[in-house]
Amino acid sequence: MTNPAITAQALRKSYGDKVVLDGIDLTIPEGTVFALLGPNGAGKTTVVKILSTLITADGGEARVGGHDLAAQAQSVRAAIGVTGQFSAVDGLITGEENMLLMADLNHLSKAEGQRVAAELLERFDLVEAAKKPASTYSGGMKRRLDIAMTLVGGPRIIFLDEPTTGLDPRSRHNMWRIIRELVTGGTTVFLTTQYLEEADELADRIAVLNGGRIVAEGSADELKRLVPGGHVRLRFTDPAAHRTAATALPDAARDDEALTLQIPNDGTQRELRAVLDHLDTAGIEADELTVHTPDLDDVFFALTGPDTSVPAQTEQPKETVR
Amino acid sequence: MSTLSLAVRDSTTMLRRNLLHARRYPSLTLNLLLTPVMLLLLFVYIFGDTMSAGIGGGDRSDYIAYLVPGVLLMTIGSTTIGTAVSVSNDMTEGIIARFRTMAIHRGSVLIGHVIGSVLQAIISVVLVGLIALAMGFRSTDATALEWLAAFGVLAFFTLALTWIAVGMGMGSPNAEAASNSAMPLILLPLISSAFVPIDAMPGWFQPIAEYQPFTPAIETLRGLLLGTEIGHNGWLALAWCLALTVLGYRWSQAQFNRDPK
Repeated sequence: MTNPAITAQALRKSYGDKVVLDGIDLTIPEGTVFALLGPNGAGKTTVVKILSTLITADGGEARVGGHDLAAQAQSVRAAIGVTGQFSAVDGLITGEENMLLMADLNHLSKAEGQRVAAELLERFDLVEAAKKPASTYSGGMKRRLDIAMTLVGGPRIIFLDEPTTGLDPRSRHNMWRIIRELVTGGTTVFLTTQYLEEADELADRIAVLNGGRIVAEGSADELKRLVPGGHVRLRFTDPAAHRTAATALPDAARDDEALTLQIPNDGTQRELRAVLDHLDTAGIEADELTVHTPDLDDVFFALTGPDTSVPAQTEQPKETVR
Repeated sequence: MSTLSLAVRDSTTMLRRNLLHARRYPSLTLNLLLTPVMLLLLFVYIFGDTMSAGIGGGDRSDYIAYLVPGVLLMTIGSTTIGTAVSVSNDMTEGIIARFRTMAIHRGSVLIGHVIGSVLQAIISVVLVGLIALAMGFRSTDATALEWLAAFGVLAFFTLALTWIAVGMGMGSPNAEAASNSAMPLILLPLISSAFVPIDAMPGWFQPIAEYQPFTPAIETLRGLLLGTEIGHNGWLALAWCLALTVLGYRWSQAQFNRDPK
């Protein structure tokens, strides 16, 4: 594995009595997309603010881009780009002036600054609006300008705090495309979102944040296997075969109408083979077999409910049949 | 890049940004100019005769001479309200959070605001000064050096009030609050020696009027331009300017370095 882009150990933050982050550990490899998922108020933005040097943590340590967050904040800042939840554009000046301001603050030469600004305005479809004050932009345009400004300095690590909140579906898909392009270029992306679909779509790894702690972490598929709801579904066309199979598989949930049987299964190869072996032994041949894993919605609700403990693996099968 | 050249470069960028704002939206600055100009016209053309009799002078032109130094300083107080408002507006914008996460000189955001405001205030003072000249204000045998010194007093006073205004702007949650907290900057001249001499005020009030920041600055300016007695007012004015500058600077820096909400 290459050097991680971001690592954090035991990050803590409280505001008064309210503990917002209660020990966060993270390791994010370079060139990957990491999604921090969680309900409103879980502390997602606080994590972004700490890792992007905007606020200081009360405890723990973190390295971003190989630099210590507390001791080398300025080096961290040189490596990152941040697009916060609230638009960080200067509404009083035009889109182009915003871009040139960023070029100046990134200490690009005048010619270089103009080239980069023009290129990004083009890439983010803002050429027509470039001479208008940013305050007149629509939400989607502001977001695009915001991200374009973040990219002026060519940051290696980008923080996107809820980049698609409030965007229409088309703008959202555009944003996803942009994020994928960034990663192709080797950039590390740290994004927060409340949309499971977005995490599923973009992220290599997902961490679920709830009540100031990371309650689960893994790829989308690994997370889905954490919660109950996975099953193998057998469909029959012949009612007689369906009946025979149902007798042979007393554990399965039976649907006489649709002629299906649902067998609890976590979707791993081993479990799947066990089911197939059992079917072979019993001489059952279904017309169609599909494997269902729970989607991230199931994961989200299971992990971020009022009772946040992860269900123990052993309890899974029995109660999963739906 | 060395720290100094980084500071200069980033502060220049921030200054350009603030001047761009001021150029695009000049209404705030122009509105704030109205108050001192109105008071100048009011006290000269409406109350002028009575006032000049009150200070024991002959005609209206004596009162113009008395009034103008105070009005010039009042112009500074008035323009810095604009500073407090625009700093407060700026701090609520997301762009400041962006600046904080960039590898730029930490102080450049505030330095840009301060230099921009000082320049605007000086332009305002010159404008009001020109109006005063048109109304008949003339200095009494002031040498070039005295004019230069007068200009220096105005500039230093502007710097001091601007840093205070930046601190007030940073400490205010919104533009209205910033405008309210900066009110003393325009009210203080009214209870200084700007319009009437200190000894014409009630005895218990005289120490307040005499030692507040505006009176020593006004008396110094009068001394330089009109040849009146400066006395200890020169040192007092310098001390006030220095103290307010340091206080405003420290206060603003401390607020800027604090974690944002």
